[in-house]
Amino acid sequence: MPSPRYWREVPARFRLEAVRCRGCGKVVYPARRVCPGCRGTDLEPLALSRSGTVVTSTVIHVAPAEFAMETPYAVAIVETPEGARLMAQVVDCELPEVKPGLKVNLEFRLIRQEGHGGILCYGHKAVPEA
Amino acid sequence: MRDVAIVAAGMTRFGELWDASLRDLFAEAATEALKNAKADHLDALFVGNMSAGQFVGQEHLGPLLADELGMAGVAAARVESACASGGVALRSAFIEVASGASDVVLAAGVEKMTDSTEVTEVLATASDQELEAYHGITFPGLYAMIARAHMERWGTTEEDLSWVSVKNHKHGALNPKAQFRSAVSLDDVMRSSPVAEPLRLLHCSPVSDGAAAVLVVPLADAKRYTDRPVRIAASGLATGPMALASRKDIAFLDAVEASARRAYKMAGHGPADINVAEVHDCFAIAEICAIEALGLVERGTGNAAARKGDTALGGRLPVNTSGGLKAKGHPVGATGIAQAIEIFEQLRGEAGARQVADARVGLTQNMGGSGASSVVHIFERV
Repeated sequence: MPSPRYWREVPARFRLEAVRCRGCGKVVYPARRVCPGCRGTDLEPLALSRSGTVVTSTVIHVAPAEFAMETPYAVAIVETPEGARLMAQVVDCELPEVKPGLKVNLEFRLIRQEGHGGILCYGHKAVPEA
Repeated sequence: MRDVAIVAAGMTRFGELWDASLRDLFAEAATEALKNAKADHLDALFVGNMSAGQFVGQEHLGPLLADELGMAGVAAARVESACASGGVALRSAFIEVASGASDVVLAAGVEKMTDSTEVTEVLATASDQELEAYHGITFPGLYAMIARAHMERWGTTEEDLSWVSVKNHKHGALNPKAQFRSAVSLDDVMRSSPVAEPLRLLHCSPVSDGAAAVLVVPLADAKRYTDRPVRIAASGLATGPMALASRKDIAFLDAVEASARRAYKMAGHGPADINVAEVHDCFAIAEICAIEALGLVERGTGNAAARKGDTALGGRLPVNTSGGLKAKGHPVGATGIAQAIEIFEQLRGEAGARQVADARVGLTQNMGGSGASSVVHIFERV
């Protein structure tokens, strides 16, 4: 990923910036110009809570090359208290415990390294609540 | 709109075809279709292809492949909607002919996957790059999440998924063009290696090379080319949210339902009228979700269809008599056209050991990504 693209995505990846539609109340992550719920364009910024619940999940055994050293690893869709849903790896846990309903915190972590320069790409991973 | 028919088909074998290039594959399928119709010219060519740019470093397939047929000069373009590219190429040809813009159109699909060393990464570009692929998800992983959601919602089991693979391999064993012409047992599927839990290797369609082509003309001209044309009664295309996280119900494919609704309306048929169907079983769970969204079974009951034999040859509604993507193979851009060819042969009574008795109306459903695009066609024996 070229660095300008990575830099552009920092607000969503680092700060979990979303928007709430003033028309229908839908929370959309990451921020967009048009609400996918009602097509409204009056959207207010909102930072998501760093916690949520697993909606569905998988454990990846056959991975893309850049994640091959990490297998097996869990990936889930997490719903935050604001009602936004996002995809994240689930780490620091036993893989079989990653199932729908699991409560997690979203922690700032290294996600991947990209390109020949090995740019460090950060974001959030989910960690089960203690 | 004019009535439209398919009058001829051509298709390579599907599989790991190391001695054939993308253009070889296309030329084999296209020339077979043209020869079967004794057609000496084309007004237009649509080529369904997901990602030749990434698989073999070749874009701009329209002119390249028209030239490969000795038809440089013809109107030609590539059509892309990930794994639904072939189905959308057929839709493009259908609309081109129905509108009166052209009279002789080739709808083709081709994918050369085995030249690539990064197939998993290339396929993942059909997911949301920023929200999904970034986190190391794969296509099997996305469908695995759909499967787990279906298990949560409807009590679907790993065994239910496995019966879909057993059925489709049984069908594929009867198809001379299939990549895997061998049956597998329930135990083989349940013990195959995990790819993305709960999906195992034998729940997944393979990496394949292949091409397929059909000749599309006005129904009024069809008898010039064949005694047994097959009418394209309808085409429905729909989209849904790209990211799984954005969908209302992760266990339901809204785009498939919407594409089917449009096609049923255009054809004046409902699910009960369908005698045979080819659906997009890129993973076993996809067939379960597809037959639910198409209305071929009640919502939440797709998990039992293969186990009970309803969707097997000889069952109430045979699904994926070709072997489906699972056993026939899934050269992604070619798949939508290959599905249409299976139904074309079924409605002409040419499907041999796979023939569904007295099939009069057939359906194909081809989808892109994790179900963000879907195209449905309905065909009728004339």
